Amino acid sequence: MSTDTVSVAGNTPEVEQPWAELGLKADEYQRIRDILGRRPTSCELAMYSVMWSEHCSYKSSKVHLKRFGEIPQETPAGKMLAGIGENAGVIDIGEGYAVTFKVESHNHPSYVEPYQGAATGVGGIVRDIIAMGARPVAVMDPLRFGPLDAPDTKRVLPGIVSGVGGYGNSLGLPNIGGEVVFDPTYLGNPLVNALCVGVMRHEDLHLANATGVGNQMILYGAKTGGDGIGGVSVLASETFAEGGPTKRPAVQVGDPFMEKLLIECTLELFAANVVEGIQDLGGGGLSCATSELASAGDGGMRVSLDKVPLRDASLSPEEILMSESQERMMACVTPENVEAFLKICEKWDVQADVIGEVTDTGRLEIDWHGERVVDVLPETVAHEGPVYNRPYSRPEWQDELQADGAEKLPRASSGAELRDTLLKLVASPNLCDKSWVTDQYDRYVLGNSVLAQPEDSGMIRVDETSGLGVAVSTDCNGRFAKLDPYTGAKLALAESFRNVATTGARPVAVTDCLNFGSPEDPAVMWQFTEAIRGLVDGCKELGIPVTGGNVSFYNQTGETAILPTPVVGVLGVIDDVTRRTPIGFTAEMEGHQLYLLGETEEELSGSEWAHVVHGHLGGRPPAVDLAAEQQLADILINASRDGLIDAAHDVSDGGVAQTLVESALRGGIGARVWAPDGLDPFLFLFAESAGRAVVAVPRTEEVRFTDMCTARRFPHAKIGVITGDTLDVQDQFELPLTELRVAWTSTLPSVLN
Amino acid sequence: MKIGVVTFPGSLDDADARRAAAVAGAEAVALWHGDEDLHGVDAVVLPGGFSYGDYLRAGAISRFAPVMETIIKRAGEGMPVLGICNGFQVLCESHLLPGALIKNHHRKFVCKDQTLRIENNTTAWTSDYDANHEITIVLKNQDGSFVADEATLDRLEGEGRVVARYLGNPNGSYRDIAGITNERGNVVGLMPHPEHAVETLTGPTTDGLGFFTSVLKAVVAS
Repeated sequence: MSTDTVSVAGNTPEVEQPWAELGLKADEYQRIRDILGRRPTSCELAMYSVMWSEHCSYKSSKVHLKRFGEIPQETPAGKMLAGIGENAGVIDIGEGYAVTFKVESHNHPSYVEPYQGAATGVGGIVRDIIAMGARPVAVMDPLRFGPLDAPDTKRVLPGIVSGVGGYGNSLGLPNIGGEVVFDPTYLGNPLVNALCVGVMRHEDLHLANATGVGNQMILYGAKTGGDGIGGVSVLASETFAEGGPTKRPAVQVGDPFMEKLLIECTLELFAANVVEGIQDLGGGGLSCATSELASAGDGGMRVSLDKVPLRDASLSPEEILMSESQERMMACVTPENVEAFLKICEKWDVQADVIGEVTDTGRLEIDWHGERVVDVLPETVAHEGPVYNRPYSRPEWQDELQADGAEKLPRASSGAELRDTLLKLVASPNLCDKSWVTDQYDRYVLGNSVLAQPEDSGMIRVDETSGLGVAVSTDCNGRFAKLDPYTGAKLALAESFRNVATTGARPVAVTDCLNFGSPEDPAVMWQFTEAIRGLVDGCKELGIPVTGGNVSFYNQTGETAILPTPVVGVLGVIDDVTRRTPIGFTAEMEGHQLYLLGETEEELSGSEWAHVVHGHLGGRPPAVDLAAEQQLADILINASRDGLIDAAHDVSDGGVAQTLVESALRGGIGARVWAPDGLDPFLFLFAESAGRAVVAVPRTEEVRFTDMCTARRFPHAKIGVITGDTLDVQDQFELPLTELRVAWTSTLPSVLN
Repeated sequence: MKIGVVTFPGSLDDADARRAAAVAGAEAVALWHGDEDLHGVDAVVLPGGFSYGDYLRAGAISRFAPVMETIIKRAGEGMPVLGICNGFQVLCESHLLPGALIKNHHRKFVCKDQTLRIENNTTAWTSDYDANHEITIVLKNQDGSFVADEATLDRLEGEGRVVARYLGNPNGSYRDIAGITNERGNVVGLMPHPEHAVETLTGPTTDGLGFFTSVLKAVVAS
């Protein structure tokens, strides 16, 4: 087959091209022809199709994501050093340190091939972090599956969990948190989100661009193979259809050992100061790296594609451009540094090849054995893809859904009924112990994990001398978001914010992974725009910026979209990690007083109680008051710093009952509790009002603590005392911790072993 | 007193082992797999991780690293060597210790706080523990199941060379064995990770510190 060169393309305008198979629409193909003034070569078509895919171009979300720019780009800890548009956002955390963190999705590959899909999801986000010049220090994985007892969940869940573990453990990165959530809407479309946190000194920050005419472009890491071709354009940007062709070859295959070498090698390259700009090769492969690096630089770029080392010599230039083979990076290096660069790669047994250079043409020119196969303006590929203002409208069923509140459903009232309800909830898939999953993740490696799951947030020590650290939590209640996407997104933000604060850290920045159904459905698009509006308003109110994130559309099977799932990751800073607040009630806390902070309302719609006991989803989600969340956070952070509390746990899914059970089982000591005056015991135990936490206060600090709450006019009620080996809800029921532990820990092993 | 910690490609707990050595009061020295020079260290730790990805067999490639040649020679002369997790696998592959480590019987990676009993407190790495001291340290591995033929197991038991035994077998190891030593007591292989249990802030306990303080005394005494 002869090569489809630029001159051939110029002379053969009539050639039929497979634009539709590559995921392009007719008008998008025409636009490419208009930009080029001719038909694209097959290589150019491959590049445009990849880069104009939903996954790479954000064509359906771009107009809405712009709104994140309205949020002031300052964090409570300091400046934002890099924001949306970079590989990952970077924030100043003080003492000369900067932190970068980001969450991304790898949903579709993980459904097709659970192990590799999840593994390469971790690999991709880790490379984003090292590309910024940071050392990755922790990962987290918010996961969502279909019903626990569904047959396909037994295929998908173990594969995804061992993929997350198999890759992350082999990189030596502690996995310190995340979520495991079950809902029928995720059955044909599980969600695998992966978050990575990295730390660097300010001076180590590197941005991705290719500048300086004559500088050399070096591809290093794994060789390029035929895996992952069409990963972003075919897999991640369409819905799955029954009976369609298998998409397995579109999933990449990971090699964590190579990635570990790539981490150490890249950090050594940065330290040796032999790199001008760097970018990882993830979704979109070489198409993405070359066009993004070139358009972020000040000139053009020329690449010889035949110099790319291949695993499979039969790959065509189009396939090389589209391949999403993992564990590859591209660097821009001055000619005098090339030798030093290659030497460091050799030390780490990492293959590195000069494949091109920066030019002054302003164009991205790619050759294949001396013939020009690509000649484009790089920004037309990387940034000037189609932008859709897709129609959106509030679905007709939304009113009906909201009118059907769970508050009218029959509730347990006697002590025995309350006891049964609690046991049933504790053992339910969403509330039960997740050790079956998290014990497959290394949470200790690197020796800086101060807190890890099941704590409210994961916490990492950044500086061993000063004790400076960061805390991260990810949260989202998709049922709340379904009932009201605007409030649901704010609630996800509020919960994540609160979870960081309960551990004693001050929340400073947000990353988000917006998982939604098809953007071509106006109802889904409405959910999406509402969620963004909620996040923008919420972040403005809390004074923390969104530093980056990811959108994943087309999460649906046939007509059924997943619950709108805007996963929110909040990062916090703590001056001294020895002041952190854990969730567990321990033997040393015997006699400590338990206080419930915040107001409990009759809010049951969307709750775990409604879901588990009644299989019900309807009504309005709990009200969200971010000013109150901010106040609560201030109390928790100050109380932690001043030693007024020894344990704290946020109240969210499952209500106060679940909070108490988790704290008691974590530390092994029980509690005697009562509903505060005027509060119905059922609502006390199971309502899911936001803005609440339970704290354990030493008797000696009780006056100081309550004075602080009173001075701030923040609602606080004494609800009990830490004692014994039961959960004793006064006048209602008493449950031995041993019985609670059996109920809580048996669920996942009984289904998955 | 210098404790060297080897970094192989794919080593993961090397920085942790260096930190533990420092917490114990030693000077930690980073050793590189490709450099046969031990840079004057008095003892060596082979850390945990997945050296060379462990794609062939855990530890199978690392035993051929240039640094291992020197370590094998010096171990024969009595230098204390501790292999943790992947390091234990390397010691078995190097035939400094008998037996082998295979995939956990439940086929999954496991990370948990694990209680062990120290059954031999006369080795270079365990003298700071009491006899039958129960310690809780971190267990995390994929290939942690210790296996050997019956004769070897009987010999290990008979010679008191079982250094630590699991209380509650987490991975299918024969006779609950978590760690063993050579005849001379200077080379110890241990599947769980003492280096992750040296600070209350980041570990389940500080029970692991004894391995590192023990070797300080052993070196001073020798």
